[in-house]
Amino acid sequence: MIGLRFMRLGILSLGVGLFFGVIGGFQYLFPDFIRELLFTKTRALHVSMVVSWIFLIAIGGIYYYLPKYTGKKLHSNKLAVWHYWLFLITGICVLFSYLSGKFGGREYFAFPPILSIPIFVSWILFGFNYFKTMSNEKNSWPVYYWQWATGIVFFFLTYTEAHLYLIPYFRENMVREIIVQWKSYGALTGSWNMLVYGTALFIATRIGGSENIAKSKMAFGLYFLGLFNLIFGWAHHTYLVPSETWIRTFAYFVSMTELYIFGKIIWDWRGSLEQWEINRHITAYRFLFAADIWVFLNLGLALIISVPIFNLYTHGTHIIVAHAMGSTIGINTMVLLSSIFFIINESKESQLSKNQTKKVIHGFWIANISLAIFLVALILAGIGKGLLYTDMPFQAMMFNIRPFLVVFTLAGITLMLGLWIVLWRAYQSIGVLYSSLEDISEQDSLKEGLS
Amino acid sequence: MRSNIINNRTIFFTLLVSYFFYSAYIYAFGTETLPGMISHTEESRHGQELFQEYNCTACHQFYGLGGHMGPELTNAMSYRGGDVGEIIARAFLTNGGNGMPNYDLSEPEISALISYLKFVDKTGTYPPKNYKVKWGMIFQEDDPEWVSEEIQ
Repeated sequence: MIGLRFMRLGILSLGVGLFFGVIGGFQYLFPDFIRELLFTKTRALHVSMVVSWIFLIAIGGIYYYLPKYTGKKLHSNKLAVWHYWLFLITGICVLFSYLSGKFGGREYFAFPPILSIPIFVSWILFGFNYFKTMSNEKNSWPVYYWQWATGIVFFFLTYTEAHLYLIPYFRENMVREIIVQWKSYGALTGSWNMLVYGTALFIATRIGGSENIAKSKMAFGLYFLGLFNLIFGWAHHTYLVPSETWIRTFAYFVSMTELYIFGKIIWDWRGSLEQWEINRHITAYRFLFAADIWVFLNLGLALIISVPIFNLYTHGTHIIVAHAMGSTIGINTMVLLSSIFFIINESKESQLSKNQTKKVIHGFWIANISLAIFLVALILAGIGKGLLYTDMPFQAMMFNIRPFLVVFTLAGITLMLGLWIVLWRAYQSIGVLYSSLEDISEQDSLKEGLS
Repeated sequence: MRSNIINNRTIFFTLLVSYFFYSAYIYAFGTETLPGMISHTEESRHGQELFQEYNCTACHQFYGLGGHMGPELTNAMSYRGGDVGEIIARAFLTNGGNGMPNYDLSEPEISALISYLKFVDKTGTYPPKNYKVKWGMIFQEDDPEWVSEEIQ
């Protein structure tokens, strides 16, 4: 049940985070829009809430899947509850710090660094619970257990690394500070991708009814390549920072083949599905399929911007934003929504009716079509910035790319509406499932009391 | 099956250990101070803190990293040469404008931020103006290799 609480919180987080994203979009066009809530606040609120969505749904899934599908009792339910409350209270503090204008001023983690302490603690609780739960597993682990374990370990390491700037040795040298900051961010993104990809493969095996793909050499090849990328492939963020060339050459060499293999596995799995299995999990399947398409599109973009000579023109432009949005919305969010609807449809109490499924599918299409327009507008704005900003003052460049930014903002609104339709249904159904599990748990306690 | 577990664990721990070594190597080498760089002063340190406290990175970038709502600031101080960059920056910091809010900064705060921007300006050139392309890689004039080649 604790897993479902994480999921409901995650859904709320995305719902509100999208709203702040749309406000930010308007502020992009009209900087005086809601002057009381400056862009410095809305951007931080949007980023933190959307990143929280990724973590909350991935963590919630792990807490839910382990006892329900693998027969492993959580080592400590109490620790998971502590984890939840620590995350929630810290999250509220982060929101208040943003709204009151108290910043730590770092990309991704704009809150004061003191608030990272409870995040570290909550992560230790999560990691301890996970590894203790898994310690009795005698059989070889399928790849998703490895991916979850890796996500947990590397989040801890890279989140620590993201705070090295507090030490003067790093802070005093601007180049070192930027390189280490983006090294940690690149790897940190890799760590949450591990949690998300693990979830995707877990669902794939459950829908497909076979553990084979999660134990295949290909799956482990993907996993280790992903880990290799996580460790060594971060420097495409810093090609243009004046560091030693070998740092960048090495990252260029590592490249982003991970996404290709991930796509291939899902693709292979999809082909092997029986029709009834698809129908039973049609909604989860749809989101996973969409993630697959976005993997391929994002891979193309990632490859282009990873070539240093192209990076020279695309770096620092909206094309990088398109890549980030394509990954977080197109891939991560679609996988996580698939995880939510897999859980919803597995239980009789929360299973979607035909009418509800229809609404979710409408939301699905609105969100995906909007995302496509949103990304194209960002790419065009990015090309404009890359070409114009070298010879033109900033304001003149922004004026020239404004039509693309208008389309980006409008598509952002419909993207939010489409996802809201999906999230509303998900929130309701997870609530129904939670209540039914609560009833069962109460009945069990009564029975135990009587006997 | 047993050997599979061992193999997976071996690969994992090898990669984990290499992560620590690679990180330590990056922290110690490859990001050394370049000849043109200047050291932080008390004032520029304070400017850096202010830059973070006001979350300036939400709108501005250094080396193309950060937000997109305001201009890139890596070489804002050497913009058009002379004191032009400083005069423009000072005007925006004092009054806001063009989307930049007026934060009612005090004179010492403005000076600290200017001092920080001067510190950043000396760390390198972005976007690179003089560069060579070799095997698809970019070699910039302020890369350590380029600098050492020039010296030779």
